Amino acid sequence: MNIIEARQVLFEYEQRDENDNIEEVNVALSDMNVTIEKGSFVCILGHNGSGKSTFAKLLNALQLPKEGTILISGMDTRDEEKLLSIRKTCGMVFQNPDNQIISNVVEEDVAFGPENMGVEPDEIIRRVDDALSKVGMEAYRYKSPNMLSGGQKQRVAIAGVVAMKPECIVLDEPTAMLDPSGRRDVVRTIRELNKKDGITIVHITHYMEEAVDADRVIVMDSGKVVMDDTPRKIFSRVEELKKLALGVPQITELAYELRKDGLPLPLGILTREELMQYLVPLLRRYGKGAEREDA
Amino acid sequence: MLRDITIGQYYPAPSVLHRLDPRTKLAGTMLYLLSLFMTDSVVGYAIATVFLVSSIKLSKVPFRFIVKGLKAIIILLVLSVSFNLFLTPGEPLFEFGFIRITIEGIKTAGFMAIRLIYLVIGSSLMTLTTTPNALTDGLEKSLGFMKRFGVPVHEIAMMMSIALRFIPILVEETDKIMKAQTARGADFESGGLVKKAKAMVPLLVPLFLSAFRRAADLAMAMEARCYHGGEGRTRMRPLRYGCLDKKAYIILIIYFTAMALTNLLPW
Repeated sequence: MNIIEARQVLFEYEQRDENDNIEEVNVALSDMNVTIEKGSFVCILGHNGSGKSTFAKLLNALQLPKEGTILISGMDTRDEEKLLSIRKTCGMVFQNPDNQIISNVVEEDVAFGPENMGVEPDEIIRRVDDALSKVGMEAYRYKSPNMLSGGQKQRVAIAGVVAMKPECIVLDEPTAMLDPSGRRDVVRTIRELNKKDGITIVHITHYMEEAVDADRVIVMDSGKVVMDDTPRKIFSRVEELKKLALGVPQITELAYELRKDGLPLPLGILTREELMQYLVPLLRRYGKGAEREDA
Repeated sequence: MLRDITIGQYYPAPSVLHRLDPRTKLAGTMLYLLSLFMTDSVVGYAIATVFLVSSIKLSKVPFRFIVKGLKAIIILLVLSVSFNLFLTPGEPLFEFGFIRITIEGIKTAGFMAIRLIYLVIGSSLMTLTTTPNALTDGLEKSLGFMKRFGVPVHEIAMMMSIALRFIPILVEETDKIMKAQTARGADFESGGLVKKAKAMVPLLVPLFLSAFRRAADLAMAMEARCYHGGEGRTRMRPLRYGCLDKKAYIILIIYFTAMALTNLLPW
């Protein structure tokens, strides 16, 4: 079953001058067709201005497509009556953790979504307990968000969405402003939500490493989907990605360079372990050869 | 310099006063302030003193925290006391050149000082025992009747709590901008008051810009989390009057009547 269906979506930003005449039209998305299956973990990669953030906002009905349709669990985002249930189904986490936390107390912030949905008080408390334990932030329940690190704040923001019990969470570059350890925590949290709770994840990022264990990677460029495949197949196309000003994960890059220098390695190596698996037997063979030469 | 600003200085402690409903505390503070202006007799002030001292004891807030609030009004205190002391007409007690102190002057100045000090201590006791969020919640709930007259009570309360959330963030941001400008040769330290104030102007533009950007982001994040105004919204911990609040109200009513009655006393 598809939780997200985008058909021939067109979206433009209009730039108006003082007299409200359209000065310039920037096409952010054109003829975008994407379907995302329920329960999957999808990464969207793209250069700045590729339209990936615009796409995220369309999924939450924060923006409406100019042409084409977006269906969330079969609900058209243009249907105003469905607005709240769309946002309930498809939660969203933004880039800047400071600008999406509403309350002075962690617990109250997590409760904000369910409160808006009109959930009963007892049920809100249960949901807050549950959401905070899922992101591993129970210990900070009564703390002020101002005392937390970036990664912790972002996990609180994720808990705020989890408490709304969404089927799908769209994360718009949630790790862009975090330090490496905060980034790791956030990525782990997202992965667990997908594996343990079956929540569909759409993770928008420009860190290639974070896309490695997605089920599927979508690469966008100037408002269009240019690649859509498994991470292994996508990251085998190193030259193409470089042309789009995107890189590949460091390990993949290393393997690619070694392969270019003549080592018999396959394309699309994604993790350190995998590379080791290929390199160790090679090293053993060549290493022994080298020793014999020395002797 | 900027870090000294504390608004809604809350002192966490496991006390009866902390556990009271914010509405009770709001009403109590209101009645207390009113009672101070009603009475003009020694007995009245004695009752108020007993009430205030027992509230402080109950709150378990250290005395020095409470006195800290008085620093802000020292100038006001000195001014009003000296005006009352020197300018009240009546029986002269002491005369030296143009300085004339009257018995009435001493009396009004003394009462004035006590009244001001009690006012500040009473209201800071409320902010010390109530979290800013509970306070805005209490305000929203107790002013709810004004919605009927078209006052957007929920929106105002929401604005207040968001403002409180963003004060430390904007303070940090100001600090950052200041450092960035200092690094490029701006001078915030030297010169008189006017020069210092002028140096602040280039700070305001980037600060406002970023505040607006944050506001736009926050509005979008709130919308994404189904915010659609106060209608149909529930609360995780709805305000409920408990047994403690009932007792507090009874005490308040007794106190207030006693204070009102002191006016009828002949002395």
